[in-house]
Amino acid sequence: MQPVNPKRDPAPTRLSYRLNRLWLTPFFRALLRVGVPSFVIVFAGGFYFSDADRREAIATKYMELRRSFEERPEFMVGLMAIDGASTELSDDIREVLPVDFPISSFDLDLEVMRGIVAGLDAVARADLRIRDGGVLQVTVVERVPAVVWRSRRGLELLDAEGHRVAPLAARSVRGDLPVIAGDEADKAVVEALLLMNAAAPLKDRLRGLARVGARRWDVVLDRDQRILLPETGAVEALQRVIALDQADDMLERDLVIVDMRNAARPTLRMAPGAVDEMRRIKSLEAGVILQ
Amino acid sequence: MTELYQSQRAMRRMRKAAMDRGVVAILDVGSSKIACLVLRFDGPDRFNGGDGVGSLAGQSSFRVIGAATTRSRGVRFGEIDTMAETERAIRTAVQAAQKMAKLRVDHVIACMSGATPRSYGLNGEIDLAESVVTENDVARVLASCDAPDFGQDREVLHAQPVNFALDHRSGMGDPRGQIGNRLACDMHVLTADATVLQNLLYCIKRCDLELAGLASSAYVSGISSLVEDEQELGAACIDLGGGTTGVSIFIKKHMIFADTVRLGGDHITADISKGLQVPLAQAERIKTFSGGAVATGMDDRDMIEIAGDSGDYERDRRQVSRAELIGIMRPRIEEILEDVRARLDAAGFEHLPSQQIVLTGGGCQIPGLDGLASRILGQQVRLGRPLRVQGLPQAATGSAFSSAVGLCLFAAHPQDEWWDFEMPMERYPARSLRRAVRWFRDNW
Repeated sequence: MQPVNPKRDPAPTRLSYRLNRLWLTPFFRALLRVGVPSFVIVFAGGFYFSDADRREAIATKYMELRRSFEERPEFMVGLMAIDGASTELSDDIREVLPVDFPISSFDLDLEVMRGIVAGLDAVARADLRIRDGGVLQVTVVERVPAVVWRSRRGLELLDAEGHRVAPLAARSVRGDLPVIAGDEADKAVVEALLLMNAAAPLKDRLRGLARVGARRWDVVLDRDQRILLPETGAVEALQRVIALDQADDMLERDLVIVDMRNAARPTLRMAPGAVDEMRRIKSLEAGVILQ
Repeated sequence: MTELYQSQRAMRRMRKAAMDRGVVAILDVGSSKIACLVLRFDGPDRFNGGDGVGSLAGQSSFRVIGAATTRSRGVRFGEIDTMAETERAIRTAVQAAQKMAKLRVDHVIACMSGATPRSYGLNGEIDLAESVVTENDVARVLASCDAPDFGQDREVLHAQPVNFALDHRSGMGDPRGQIGNRLACDMHVLTADATVLQNLLYCIKRCDLELAGLASSAYVSGISSLVEDEQELGAACIDLGGGTTGVSIFIKKHMIFADTVRLGGDHITADISKGLQVPLAQAERIKTFSGGAVATGMDDRDMIEIAGDSGDYERDRRQVSRAELIGIMRPRIEEILEDVRARLDAAGFEHLPSQQIVLTGGGCQIPGLDGLASRILGQQVRLGRPLRVQGLPQAATGSAFSSAVGLCLFAAHPQDEWWDFEMPMERYPARSLRRAVRWFRDNW
């Protein structure tokens, strides 16, 4: 028979018993598993970043990395292509867009640049995008000049909506466009164009339109004749005058002003001496008959 | 008695705190082993045992999540002999159970078998102020039980009301709300040696544990190994332990008597060791492997090889027949059982309606013990195993663990004790503030 060895049954020491119990405490375990590592991480991070040089070095490194990524050839823009603009306008656009090519597309703020281009007088609408192959594509819709405005500051070209297109050196450069004059005439370009349209039968005699008191139009003809139009219903009034003219050759006579401001009471102003002249002619005619 | 009342109530509060926390440890300090179980209380609502299965005996609301046993050191006759050794043994058991439970336990409910328990049957009687019995009346009648002089250094371990009588009606479980003029009660009081209990308390305190309850192991092993019918009709539980043999008598689901015989399995081992001239450890081994209580013809031929641990293996080879071994063991077993018989006779066990005797504890695993016991104790003898408890490991379901399992049930379903009721006003110190508060509460 084998000698009987009692099974070893060692008792824990008081210290190990206490540590064991401490380790089995849920709060302590949570503290050790979550609290201590997070404290170490936060503390180490805080210690590392407490030095200004290190912070700066990391910021520099970051910026460098960013720069090197942004300046990869895939993102570089080499030239600008402008579509839909005349030579002068594209020169203007190149002037107002201060871009030094080549440049990274990350550095281009297309929205701001579009605002700058659209802010040009001659540009009605502008689209900017970066095309394949590193091309900054600027697509422009130009404003079309419709009238010449003779204002206190000189001659200007306006489009059909009254927006300024470009200054004009001399009237003769754009002889094909009608002339308007007067303060704030640019605000009523739409009506002016309608009047121009209506005044097509008087085209040979038409000198231009003058804005009076910034509220109504005068049609200025040659021989210093004027047709004064009302504030509202100007086109109809002009059509009435033209109808009279076509029926009675009214405007061929010695008139100075056809006043249509009051629709119920159209008024004519004769040229000075016209009445005397007419009487003389009448008396002559009568004399001839009498003789 | 007032100090006792306060200390027991403090213990009860501690147990409530442990229940609220949901984890409590069970510590059975025995002479041969120290067992520690860790219980987790889920609350009764968590229990789902299928249709028609209610919570049986209250064991459903908890679960054993840790169990550990260690060889007992420094305990003799169920009493602490060497404090440092016992403390280390308790530490070993508690730490292993905690490790299995993966949980730290702070509250412990302990039981011990020694400390020479003594039973007293007390009775008290009061006239009811109003005709309806209130909780206050119950407290008053319990307080009116005239306690005998328990003697020097005796501490009350249990004080359970076992019977109430109202006028001429006796045998009430709960008199509250009933109408009568005179309320009487019988109370069973179990006292134990204060110094022995103090030693246990000190050991537990040294292990950084809080004591949440204390019970006699004879009582708790009765709870776990007697079935409900036996507890109701009357039965005795005999817990054959290592150093002591506990005796407890139950009737109407109340313990009415408990005692211990200071003889146990260790004495049988010592007899074998002396008789066969072998070391104690080997004697224990021979006892557990080949021991018995009744010899047959076959046992004469069944030779057991024994060898003294003298280091002279070649010369020192002896053989002994199993019949000889049984011949050594049997007189000691008979002695134990006759002592138990004497205790049962002294308690008047023969007057009970049913005289079922249940043998439990590690010693009841001796083959043929039930036959021997029925000759000495009476015809109705059976071997008992503890109730099955959820989560208990297989190794801890044997009869040796009946007091540990019983302590679990005791923790889950404590019986009413005297200190569960409010202390009647007359018992308060004459000039205490609480007495004034009580007076106001009772009169408004």
